[in-house]
Amino acid sequence: MGFLKNKSCRQQITDEHRSCQDAGRRAFLKKAVKAAAIGSTAVVAGCQAPGLLGSKEEMALQFQEYFKAHYRLMTEKERDATIIRLERLAKLQKGVDVQISSKGALPGVLYGYGFNVTRCEGYMECVSACARENNLDRKSNTQYIRIFEMEPGQMAPNAGNGKFFNEVPVDGRFYMGAQCNHCDNAPCIKACPTKATYREPDGIVVVDYDWCIGCRYCMAACPYYGRRFNWNEPVVPANEITRKQHYLGNRQRRRGQMEKCTFCVQRTREGRLPACAEACPTGARIFGNLLDPNSEIRFVLENKKVFRWKEELGTDPKFWYFID
Amino acid sequence: MTQKSSVRQLFGFMTDVARWSLSGGIGYQLFLCLLVVFMMLGVFAYLVQWKLGLTVTHMSDIVSWGFYIANFTFLVGVAAAAVMLILPSYIFKDEHFHHVVIIGEVVAVGALIMSMTFVFVDLGRPLQGWHILPIIGLFNWPSSLLTWDILVLNVYLVLNLSIPAYILYCHYNQREPDPRKYRPFVFISIFWAFGIHLITAFLYEGLPARPFWNNPLMGPRFLASAFAAGPALITVLLAIIHNATTFKIPKQTFNKLRLIIVISAIINLIMLFSEVFKEFYFPTHHSLSAEYLYFGLDGHNSLVPWIWTAVSINIVGTLLLAFNPGKNRPMVLLPACVLLFIGIWIEKGIGLIVPGLVPSPLGEVVSYAPSWVEISIALGVLALGMFVVTILLKPALIIEQRFETNNETV
Repeated sequence: MGFLKNKSCRQQITDEHRSCQDAGRRAFLKKAVKAAAIGSTAVVAGCQAPGLLGSKEEMALQFQEYFKAHYRLMTEKERDATIIRLERLAKLQKGVDVQISSKGALPGVLYGYGFNVTRCEGYMECVSACARENNLDRKSNTQYIRIFEMEPGQMAPNAGNGKFFNEVPVDGRFYMGAQCNHCDNAPCIKACPTKATYREPDGIVVVDYDWCIGCRYCMAACPYYGRRFNWNEPVVPANEITRKQHYLGNRQRRRGQMEKCTFCVQRTREGRLPACAEACPTGARIFGNLLDPNSEIRFVLENKKVFRWKEELGTDPKFWYFID
Repeated sequence: MTQKSSVRQLFGFMTDVARWSLSGGIGYQLFLCLLVVFMMLGVFAYLVQWKLGLTVTHMSDIVSWGFYIANFTFLVGVAAAAVMLILPSYIFKDEHFHHVVIIGEVVAVGALIMSMTFVFVDLGRPLQGWHILPIIGLFNWPSSLLTWDILVLNVYLVLNLSIPAYILYCHYNQREPDPRKYRPFVFISIFWAFGIHLITAFLYEGLPARPFWNNPLMGPRFLASAFAAGPALITVLLAIIHNATTFKIPKQTFNKLRLIIVISAIINLIMLFSEVFKEFYFPTHHSLSAEYLYFGLDGHNSLVPWIWTAVSINIVGTLLLAFNPGKNRPMVLLPACVLLFIGIWIEKGIGLIVPGLVPSPLGEVVSYAPSWVEISIALGVLALGMFVVTILLKPALIIEQRFETNNETV
C-alpha cells in the first residue's frame, strides 16, 4: 500500500513537472505566434477591416485549422499549435480569453459513474450545471442529461416521463437520469467512419470535434441517446462561456459537429467532480476511479444493488444505477 | 496500331460522345433544360443549407436521418438491380437482355451518383469529407459499416462505368470487344451488386440500438425489393426509349423483365408478411416502431397513410404483373411497374428510416416530414441522376445502333 502511494506520489511529481514544461513551451509558442501576427499586421495594415469572413488573421488561423490532423495523431507540438490557434480564434470571434487544456488521461484511472435512483428527486440542477459547464448551445437548448419522472414499476428511463413540469418531488414517483453511458464496448465508436469518436485510456468516450464530418451514424448506433448534434451554429453568450476548457471537452463546438458528455474531462482530469455530480443537491450522483479500491464508486458497486440500463446489448456501460 | 493513332481514336470517341450527348431535337434540349432547372433549384436549396446548417431540415436529435438517407437507401437498390440484366446477358448469353444491358448499366451509374450525392448532402461538415479518405484521412475500416459502404459503392461505380465504356469504345471502332478483357470484371460486378445492397442493409442491421433495423431479414429483403423496383424502373425506361427513339426493344425483353419483377416482388411480399407477423402476433417493446409506422403512436401518425398506400400499391402492382390481365400490353404493364416502384420507394425509404429512429432510445415519439429544403435538394439530386442517365444513354444507344446495323449489313 505504502509502495503504491509512493508510486502515485512520484507520478504526480512527474506529471506536474511535465505540465510545467508544457506551460513553458506553450508560452514561448504563444509569443512567437503573437510576433508573427504583429509582423503580418504591419504588412497588411490598412486592409484589416473585418470582412464577410472575419479578419485576415482569423481567416489565416481557420485555414491552418482546416488541415490539422486527428487529435490522437498529433505530436505534442501540433497539439500546442492548434490550442494556441483555437484560443486566439475564441478571442477574435467572441472576445473571450479561454484556456484550452490538452491534459491526457491520468495513469491508473478508469472513470465510473453511479446514479442513485432512491435519492434523485428530479430538481434537474445537474442538467443546468452541465449546460453551463460544457458551453452547451443555448439556442436549441442542448442538454446532455435528461431526467425522467417514473411511476412505480418502471425501471428504465425510456418508460418514464421526460417532459414533467410539475413541482418535484412527487409522492410515489421517483426519478431517473439518462446520459452517455461511456460504454466500454461502445457502438458509436464502432460505427464512426473516421474514428473521430474514440475511447480515451481513462475510459471516457470522446469526440474529436474537428475531425467529425457530421454523418450522424454514431447517433443511430447509440442505444442510450447519449449524443447530440449541432444542427445550427451553437450560441453561448460571451459572459456565460466557461473559460477553463479541454480540447476533448467543453471547448466551443461548431455547426455540423457531434458532441456528447465527456464526464467533464476538463474537470475530472484535474481531480474535480463532473459538474453534474457537484451540482446535485441530494447527492444522488457518484463519480470516481473504478481502479481505486477506496473510491466511492467502488464502495457503491460493492455494497449497493446496482444495475445497468440495456445490459442485454453487451455495451458494458460505465454508468450504473443503484438503489439505497 | 501505333500509340498516336490510338490516342487520336480515343479523342475522336470522346468528342463524338460529347457531341451526341448534348445534341438532339428540340424536345431533347427542352428536357435537358428542365433537368438543369431542377438541379439549380437543388443547388439553391443546398446553399441555404450550407449557410444555415442542417437546422433547415426537419431532422432532429431524434429523427437524425431523414429524407436524404431514405432516398440513398432506396437508390442503392436501384443500382444493384442492374445485375438482373447483367447476369443473364453476360453469363447466360441471353440475346434479349444483351440488347439492353447497356441501359441497365447506365441506370446503375445514375442511381449510384444519386445515392452518393444524397449521403454527401446529409453530411454536417462536407468540407471535412477528406477525413474519411484512406491514407490522408482515417478510414475506420473494417469496423464501421459506413466505410464498407463507401468502398463497395465506389468500386461498383467504377465497374459500371468502365465495363460499358470499354465495350462501347470497341463498338464505336466497329470491332468486337475482347471477352478476356472484360468478362472477369463482369463476374466481379455481379457479386458486387449483391454486395452493395447487402452492405447497405448491414449499415442498419448492425445496430442493436434500433430493434426495428436489427433484423436479419433486412439484407435479403433489401435485395428482393431492389430486384423488383430496379427492373420496374428499367421497364418503364425501356418503354420510353422504345417510343421516343429509333432504338427498338424486342417484346421478349419486356416479358422476361416482367418475370423477374414478379418473382422478386412476391418474395418481397412474403418477407414483408413475415416481418409484420413477427411485430404484431406478439407485440413487444421492440414492436413500437412498427406500431408507429402502421398505426401511429401517441397521436403521431404522419407515416400511417404513406405506409398503407405503399403496401396497397405494392400488392396491386405485384398482382397485376403476376396475373398479367393485359396480356403484356403496356397499358397495364407500365402502370403496374410504376405502382410497384413508388410503393417500394415509400416503404424502403421513409418507411424504413424514420420508424427505425422512433421511438427514440429514451422512448420519445415525434413526427417527421421533410422540409422544403430537403424536398428541393432531393429533386435536384433526382434531376442530376436523370441528367447523367440521359447524357450517357444517348451516345451509348447511337453507338450500339451503328454497330448493330453495320454488323447486319456485313
